[in-house]
Amino acid sequence: MTQPVLSVQELTVEFVTRRGTLRALDKVSFDVARGEVLGVVGESGAGKSVTGSAIIGLIDPPGRIAGGKVVLSGERVDNLPPEEMRRLRGKRIGMIFQDPLTSLNPLYRVGEQLVETIQTHTDLNAADARKRAIALLDEVGIPAPDRRIDGYPHEFSGGMRQRVVIALALCAEPEFIIADEPTTALDVSVQAQIITLIKRLCKERGTSVMLVTHDMGVIAETADRVAVMYAGRVAEVGPVRDVIKEPLHPYTQGLMGAIPSITGEAERLVQIPGSMPRLSSIPKGCAFNPRCSKVFARCHVERPELIDVGGHQVACHLYDQASAGKTEIAA
Amino acid sequence: MLAYILRSLMQGLVVMIAVAFIAFSMFRFVGDPVVNMLGQEATLQDRAELTERLGLNDPVPLQFARFVADAAQGDFGISYRQGRKVSSLILERLPATVELAVLSAIFAFVVGIAFGVYAAIRRDGWIANLVMSISLIGVSLPTFLIGIGLIYIFAVELRWLPSFGRGDTVKIGWWTTGLLTVSGLKSLVLPVLTLGFLQLTLIMRLVRSEMLEVMRADFIRFARARGIPERKIEFRHALRNTMIPVITIAGVQLGGVIAFAIVTETVFQWPGLGALFVNAVQFVDVPVMSAYLLFVAFVFVLTSLLVDIVYVALDPRLRGSALVPAK
Repeated sequence: MTQPVLSVQELTVEFVTRRGTLRALDKVSFDVARGEVLGVVGESGAGKSVTGSAIIGLIDPPGRIAGGKVVLSGERVDNLPPEEMRRLRGKRIGMIFQDPLTSLNPLYRVGEQLVETIQTHTDLNAADARKRAIALLDEVGIPAPDRRIDGYPHEFSGGMRQRVVIALALCAEPEFIIADEPTTALDVSVQAQIITLIKRLCKERGTSVMLVTHDMGVIAETADRVAVMYAGRVAEVGPVRDVIKEPLHPYTQGLMGAIPSITGEAERLVQIPGSMPRLSSIPKGCAFNPRCSKVFARCHVERPELIDVGGHQVACHLYDQASAGKTEIAA
Repeated sequence: MLAYILRSLMQGLVVMIAVAFIAFSMFRFVGDPVVNMLGQEATLQDRAELTERLGLNDPVPLQFARFVADAAQGDFGISYRQGRKVSSLILERLPATVELAVLSAIFAFVVGIAFGVYAAIRRDGWIANLVMSISLIGVSLPTFLIGIGLIYIFAVELRWLPSFGRGDTVKIGWWTTGLLTVSGLKSLVLPVLTLGFLQLTLIMRLVRSEMLEVMRADFIRFARARGIPERKIEFRHALRNTMIPVITIAGVQLGGVIAFAIVTETVFQWPGLGALFVNAVQFVDVPVMSAYLLFVAFVFVLTSLLVDIVYVALDPRLRGSALVPAK
């Protein structure tokens, strides 16, 4: 197997607060292969965005990486000095944020922001950087880019602004892009365009993407693999088809049951009882145990590790062959 | 953009006319101008003549129109007390006040922004905390107390700087300046510090809180994610966004500095317009008072117009665009 572009290993992020240390990410591990789109889903507060921020080294204090590794193309990057990390951001890892309306500085022309980013990461002179900026705008589907480059952000619509944001993330041809809910703030009709655009651009360039979202539809359409997160942990990782068709983790099963389908008969939507625990009160053992319908003794004691089950990985004691509690499930 | 500035101009004009009306009314309600000019002993005939000559028998709107027309040409009548033209009194005093106020404003603005930015960037540093604590003193102490304190330290105890007056001045045309002589510059130091200190602390606290707010904005986070160096983020992206609300408040504040230098001028016996006004009030010198009122209004209108222009220069959202016509 070839080396993954990004490998996150047992990444742990903690926030030190007056009321104690909160663990926002708890030993999160996953790989992203070259050219692959990894979808990351989960409820609000599951740690999806924190994972993205941790990878790019932008966790705001009092948060900090308390353990684990982030490896980019074989090189460890989570412990780089700030200045080197800064140079890596935008050059090797690009990031797209949720709200295109607030992601751009309102006081500078779109072109100024593009040229600034290009010149930060390359040796191009102003004229060449501008040419490159126009080419980028053209590539992300902005009409008349040689004219629009001199426009201010407020002169663009939401979808167009997100295209500009994507162009900014692509300025230095990064090998990995983190898209943090890139379509959540957009109209549904525009969402599909943006998703198609991200997918096309990454395919053309062989860029890998981590697509953070809580929209399973977006994941189904875009991602190659999907990681399901719950309470700062990875519950299940696998090819998108498998996870959607045959979810293994009880949480994923609940998540899929909660999505209405248009084609399906009028089944009742299944809800997962209760809500995700707060970071300050994550239960011992499996974090999902208070809400799980298949909970058994071991779940309260021991935290499940990710184990391989038929092509994808799941963190659940149900699938652990060695589990002594196996018999109890039937009961 | 032109329409925007024209609108500001129109608003300024309306304000000026309203203030002119108040200034005009003062003549009718604060004493009788005929008595004021002729004294108690004048005959009825003298009074009737003067009333006619001053046009006081004409309808009020006509009198007002004449007042506005005269004022627009810089004619504010004759001071009751000094018997000289008010316009020449004001011109004589204007340079002292303008030099004091403009220097104070520059001092407050430059130092206030520098400290504010520093306090925002080094939010938890001890220097930033010290600066913030001192600024609290500036906000809460009255101006005259700061002036007297400075006089005590630098003029009485240390004897470094003069405690009153403008020192030697140089005449350039009708303008007298204290900027070209050593004693003139020395005399400016304490009044400028006194007048500028309050504004400085206000601007500094405002810059700090606005900048902290801007640094939390999404576009700052996105700029970091693009790998833009931190210095550039602070001074290019954050500072310019900080300036928009700061300019609004600071503009009004600076108008106040120029207009209400009264306290500082009194403490330092500064021969400026504030002192002229204080004397005029004591002697009910209505023409001087009404001219001062118009002057203050004019300064405020002028600064707010300037603020509007700076606004347009800073914020492209207010400009019409080549791509999308302004709404």
